[in-house]
Amino acid sequence: MTLNKGSLFSMSDEPAVSTQDRLRKRRQNINVLFRRDSELRGKLAIYFGAILIILATVSLTLFLVWQGLRLFLFDGVNPLHFIFSNDWNPGDSAHPTYGAFPMIFGSFAITFLSALIATPISIGTALFMSEISRKWGNKALRPVIEILVGIPSVVYGLIGLTLIIPFIAHHGGGIGYGLLPGMIVVGLMIMPTITSIAADALQSIPQELKSASYALGATRWQTIYKVIIPAALPSLLTAVVLGMARAFGEALAVQMVIGNVTDIPHSMVNPAATLTTIITLHMGNTTSGSAFNHALWSLGLILLIMSYIFILIIRYLSRRSKVL
Amino acid sequence: MKSQITNRMATVLISVCAGLMALIMIALVGYIFYQGLGHVTWHFLTTVASTFQVGGGIKDQLWNSFYLLIVTMIFTTPLGIAGGIYLSEYAKPNRVTGFIRSCVEVLASLPSIVVGLFGMLVFVNTFHWGYSILSGAVALTIFNLPVIVRVTEDALRSVPVALKEASFGLGVGQWYTIKNVLLPAAFPGILTGIILSAGRVFGESAALLFTAGLTSPDLDFKNWSPFAFDSPLNPLRSAETLSVHIYSVNTVAIVKDAPQVAAASAAVLALFVLIFNLSARGLGAWIQKRMSGKS
Repeated sequence: MTLNKGSLFSMSDEPAVSTQDRLRKRRQNINVLFRRDSELRGKLAIYFGAILIILATVSLTLFLVWQGLRLFLFDGVNPLHFIFSNDWNPGDSAHPTYGAFPMIFGSFAITFLSALIATPISIGTALFMSEISRKWGNKALRPVIEILVGIPSVVYGLIGLTLIIPFIAHHGGGIGYGLLPGMIVVGLMIMPTITSIAADALQSIPQELKSASYALGATRWQTIYKVIIPAALPSLLTAVVLGMARAFGEALAVQMVIGNVTDIPHSMVNPAATLTTIITLHMGNTTSGSAFNHALWSLGLILLIMSYIFILIIRYLSRRSKVL
Repeated sequence: MKSQITNRMATVLISVCAGLMALIMIALVGYIFYQGLGHVTWHFLTTVASTFQVGGGIKDQLWNSFYLLIVTMIFTTPLGIAGGIYLSEYAKPNRVTGFIRSCVEVLASLPSIVVGLFGMLVFVNTFHWGYSILSGAVALTIFNLPVIVRVTEDALRSVPVALKEASFGLGVGQWYTIKNVLLPAAFPGILTGIILSAGRVFGESAALLFTAGLTSPDLDFKNWSPFAFDSPLNPLRSAETLSVHIYSVNTVAIVKDAPQVAAASAAVLALFVLIFNLSARGLGAWIQKRMSGKS
């Protein structure tokens, strides 16, 4: 480091050197970039990587926001109407209507319902891994969770399609498509996500807290309920919110089981739709530049905004957990 | 006495949750393999997919998946490691660093379909790369970059500070230290993370629908020129991967044996992801053992 810097800056303040010396130094300056093990070259490569991360994030956000706003700027659709209206028929050439509420409703329904079924089992498993048997938890359950995380989402969708839907249809659930299979499939998908983060949070609770509780004569459940869960609450909530963010953005697995009908469903086994499913369904077959196409990009914009909201919630929660 | 009973009940309930989780994994993996592996034959793996007739295979899809994975990894690995090194070694605690951290966080939690939409907008439409391997690989790079950045940063941070100080103490420069001391020491962790993320990339589908496309030309495996339109190596041709194939077979295809093709493809996909998973753990542990001289 010092050597290279010396060769970089010493040129001007040493006037009385021979030409040969000067030439050699100049060559060194050029070589700073091209030598192996050059400090400067390494630094440039590293900074390039960092700048690219910023570039990717900023350009992604700006491009999608701009593309998502076109429907409101150029096609004259009222944003409030877009969010709160129920009629979605952008393909109608005479009277196209752009009411995205059924999809927004579907996305939120899937998100909350799947979190509802996934959270108890996930937190239970995480408690088992940290409080009841760490040995079994780390030896047996961690690999189980890693395998579940690894299973691709289309495979979850396929299981929903070939196993869960026929089961629901057989037990009197109409044709089987709808929020119920969607919630089960997505619930299964986010379970390992929630479990692994919750287990990490629970295992990082200081042992002194637990020992103090046990020393007072508390049972294990009293310790869990009164000490561990309150202490880990922000982190546990972070785990659940991360799971919900994943549920909100899940596309293909939901698309395969939800039925894709853009009405507010009357029951759990009526076909419904979410933001992601309508985007995947129509994005490939609408002409780019048409109002229908712009409406799909606006649905994408809602997805983007919701992801940012989830990130803000997680940031708020992690600040809370640092205070503790 | 009452608290004892509650405690007992809670313990049982928590254990049931854990058992349920294990049961779900066994049931899911068992179901996938039970349904699919029966249809996986050498013929299935080496035949091209068919649009109308029964008996199509997944040769091209399998090739596309691996080719796309390799191209993605060539993009992601250096960039991700550079980002990780920046955050753990060069970053000063200032606003720029905070901003980069937020960017990594945002990229990590964006739904993959949003990344796919961005890829469609910029690479497919604006750059006119069309539905292609290249568009798909760049989209997957954005999707995978934060994972590698985090893995690298964590691995570098877990290298003992003493190693770094010893190197600096000998008058070695920062980059030279990173390259010859820190990166080798962090290598097992980084490698494990890269292989795990490869499994994620291999199974990804939503980001590829609108970037690599839903179709694939009939590949000519005798023509390896990267410029021929039906060459397996051509980076500007559309490429349906295995996971996208599972989706498209179930939604748009009209072949009669679609359920079998989908089940068998899912089994192959899950098998490869499982192999990635196991090899990541095994390889990481093995290298760690070799390097610490305990073998």
